[in-house]
Amino acid sequence: MKNEKVFNKQKFGMIDVVIFICIAMVIYLIMSPGMNGTSGNIDVKISTDLDMLPSYALRSVLRMTAAYIIAIIFTLTYGYIAAHNKKAEKILIPILDILQSIPVLSFLPAVVLGLIALFPNGTLGIEIASIILIFTGQAWNMTFSFYYSIKILPRDLKEASRILQLNRWQQFKKLELPFATIGLVWNSMMSWAGGWFFLMACEMFTLQGRSFRLKGIGSFLQTAANEGNTKALIYGIITLLIVIILLDQFIWRPVIAWSDKFKIELTQSNDEPKSFVLKLLRRSYIVQILTEKIFDSFFSFIGKRIDNIIININKNKVVSSRKFGNISKIIIRIVSIIVLIYLGFNVIKLLSTLSFTDLKQIPKAVLFSLLRVIAAQIIALIWTVPVGVAIGMNKKLANIFQPIIQVIASVPATALFPVVLGVFMSALGGLGFASIILMIMGTQWYILFNVVAGAMAIPEDLRAATKTFGIRGIKKWKTLILPGIFPNLVTGMITATGGCWNASIVSEYVNFGGHAVKTIGLGALISEATETGNFALLLMGTITMCIVVVVINNVVWKRLYTLAEERFKIEI
Amino acid sequence: MDLRKQKEFIKVKGITKYFGESEKPTLKDINININEDEFIAILGPSGSGKSSLLRIITGLLEPTEGEVIFDGKKVDGVNPYASIVFQSFALYPWLTVQENVELGLKAKGFPKDYTTEKASELISLIGLDGFEDAYPKELSGGMRQRVGFARALAVQPKLLCMDEPFSALDFLTAENLRTELIDLWTNKKMPIKSVIMITHGIEEAVLMADKIVMLSRDPARVIAEIKINLPHPRNRKSIEFERTVDSIYKVLTKGEFDDQDEDEIKKVVKEKIEKPVEIPAASIGVMSGLLELVDDNDGRMDIYQLGRDLMMEIDDLLPNIEGISMLKFAEVKEGDIIITPLGSKFIEEETENAKEIFREQIMNISTFKVVVKVLNNKKNKTMKEEFFQELFAQYLGEHSIESKMDVIIDWGRYAELFNYDHDTEELYIDME
Repeated sequence: MKNEKVFNKQKFGMIDVVIFICIAMVIYLIMSPGMNGTSGNIDVKISTDLDMLPSYALRSVLRMTAAYIIAIIFTLTYGYIAAHNKKAEKILIPILDILQSIPVLSFLPAVVLGLIALFPNGTLGIEIASIILIFTGQAWNMTFSFYYSIKILPRDLKEASRILQLNRWQQFKKLELPFATIGLVWNSMMSWAGGWFFLMACEMFTLQGRSFRLKGIGSFLQTAANEGNTKALIYGIITLLIVIILLDQFIWRPVIAWSDKFKIELTQSNDEPKSFVLKLLRRSYIVQILTEKIFDSFFSFIGKRIDNIIININKNKVVSSRKFGNISKIIIRIVSIIVLIYLGFNVIKLLSTLSFTDLKQIPKAVLFSLLRVIAAQIIALIWTVPVGVAIGMNKKLANIFQPIIQVIASVPATALFPVVLGVFMSALGGLGFASIILMIMGTQWYILFNVVAGAMAIPEDLRAATKTFGIRGIKKWKTLILPGIFPNLVTGMITATGGCWNASIVSEYVNFGGHAVKTIGLGALISEATETGNFALLLMGTITMCIVVVVINNVVWKRLYTLAEERFKIEI
Repeated sequence: MDLRKQKEFIKVKGITKYFGESEKPTLKDINININEDEFIAILGPSGSGKSSLLRIITGLLEPTEGEVIFDGKKVDGVNPYASIVFQSFALYPWLTVQENVELGLKAKGFPKDYTTEKASELISLIGLDGFEDAYPKELSGGMRQRVGFARALAVQPKLLCMDEPFSALDFLTAENLRTELIDLWTNKKMPIKSVIMITHGIEEAVLMADKIVMLSRDPARVIAEIKINLPHPRNRKSIEFERTVDSIYKVLTKGEFDDQDEDEIKKVVKEKIEKPVEIPAASIGVMSGLLELVDDNDGRMDIYQLGRDLMMEIDDLLPNIEGISMLKFAEVKEGDIIITPLGSKFIEEETENAKEIFREQIMNISTFKVVVKVLNNKKNKTMKEEFFQELFAQYLGEHSIESKMDVIIDWGRYAELFNYDHDTEELYIDME
């Protein structure tokens, strides 16, 4: 699995502070509809009847698909604008950088409250909220990947398209999109896996004493766990596994194999990704006819339409744009300034209601959550590094274990929360420690993957050299293995810590067996503030978490990442 | 061909180009006239800005000063009558041969039947029949560049530009393609009015072009224009051919050494500082190798011959020769390199003594004097590489100052004049 975490090279600066203020405003804006009055309880019965499983699973997949489609549209527009408009780039990229690093789940309460107030009847509000949250879990890395792809387009290819007089649309269609495809596909796959995690969290949760439910596989699992229905729980997890494997085999594998044709290297490599399904599709007579008769003509029709529109726009551009543009620009500016002032005023007003007892909780909560994140990382490291290296340095083991790990890893940890809680709560004496286990479950795979990849990438020559010099044991780890896997390890840990913070929201405050269990932590603070309707604390907690994560990213990870890039990268 | 009857086609007028914030131009006051039916080769060392010049002529890049007149009109924006063949082929790997060739035609909005027909015609002209549905990665390098040519020619350009079109190909493939292209050109099978080829291969330029425009480096200026009146097909082995090549080598080596900016020299004299000079990108290993070769050859060798024997491009060879003469291990006279007694001694001595000789020589070079002086003036005898980069950039130009600094560090380290710590990026002198 390729993990492309890209850091924005800019230093933390004024723009980031401005962005934080804006985020505070946005959170305020999102939750403001929910702040006044309470809507009626929306009671959706979640059945644990096994017959319902297929339709529940389908609903979940549809939710994911809807979110993914929005994410793709967002990616293409945002990434395109950021890559092509120098002025926009200066704002859009830092925003994306921060959005990428802040824990999305901390927005869950705010988003849900806001949307439910907007759509008080039926489950539409929750549906939209869950789709938005899944979207926010999927979009950023895809957008970054698309943006960077356009940025690193080989100069010759770009010049070729210019000298051949391709217009903007044709350049996008023939050059930029194809070139970005591979990155987009890998990141889509990662996003999709991440989406499950959020889906599970979004389908069923309690806020302010009300429980919000959506029919889906996530709510099925939680209900089954709450009822203590082991059979339903097992079947639910099996169904989830089947869905994940089916999607992997029938969607992602074929797409990856197909995307190989967009590889920029001009030599044919031997280890092309293969997909049985894609081969079948390509050889199938029916599919061929379908594509030739229907899809091709459909797409070329659409393509031509867009071509014409673009050509028309290009013709008309000169005439109309100037005057109209200026006036609308001024209006937009005035409106946005008014909105900003209004929101800023409200944010301050809301925060000023924060009581001292509330404020006092925050440092302690931050500390506890931070310690938990660190503990989770250390425990994950202790087992993943030796195991990952063992697998990665042995081709046979790697061939056997890699696909297995991939499947296990894509099972969302949130789906297993109910099960794990049942086992560990009593064993570890409360949620304080059990939540660490929950964090590890969701995030250890990122590290394992990367360690395996890093160990596999250690050149054979270096290993042979180590052997001939008789370097063994601890010395071998110090001279060969650790430096070899360091860059991958850092990448894995960056992703994993992000995951840990996200997990803190759902793991420090859980509904288990029908009642809420909590421990001290920033995640719990946020969840609890929502529960009690303490909006000032909710806003403050969410912002605090964003700041903590971004600061840690800048202070710790960016440095390690640069070190890894400069010092430990093995260039072949 | 009667020269007086030729019609002027392109006029490059006073082109100067600065990149970024750099104070030194990459291209300086370049004037070239190109007539109809003329095949021009622009010859210069790599990094001289040849490619930028080509991109200015085609309108891909805007000059800082000056203008390009194309067919009587000023070039403003990408020139629709020009097309380019790229060194890297620049084929779209996700499009088939046919689709790649059709790309430009489609962009121009031609109907589908016409684009298909025209593309097939070009594919067959360039000898790629049967490969229409192949993807570029299935083709060999030579065939890929054929697709590049077909794509460039399909749009029926008036001007064909080629940016080192053969340098990514092996010798035989390149030679084959060159001959075919010249055939197409001389038989007027292409609707092109002129060809501009960027190259750093002297022989390639002499083999193909009607006129060679030679550029200097840092900044690029036209140092000579040479008409080649040999009839096609040209024979690399013929005496005229070799003579022409030789004369170009002479101009090039001379140009390299004499090209000093007068203004800057004046400024330096005024300030009474010994001006740091640029250290050519020469590797110590290659220089010793060259010296040994010359020594074995009775101490004198034709530079052109040397390049051929070593299968080295002039670009790689010249900095090493410059380096050798800067160290006074050899002299360059009329395209020949002559070893000095010091040079002979350098290669005959043991490593330690050879290093001693090398050290004495580079201590005479202002650049190294500056480095040592700075380091000795510091208490801890340590200084950041960045400091020297900034200092030298004032004299040597911002352009690729990092690689220039790398060469200085390389030489200094070999001579054990100073040390370099890669992690801290500092230069230092051992204090023991």
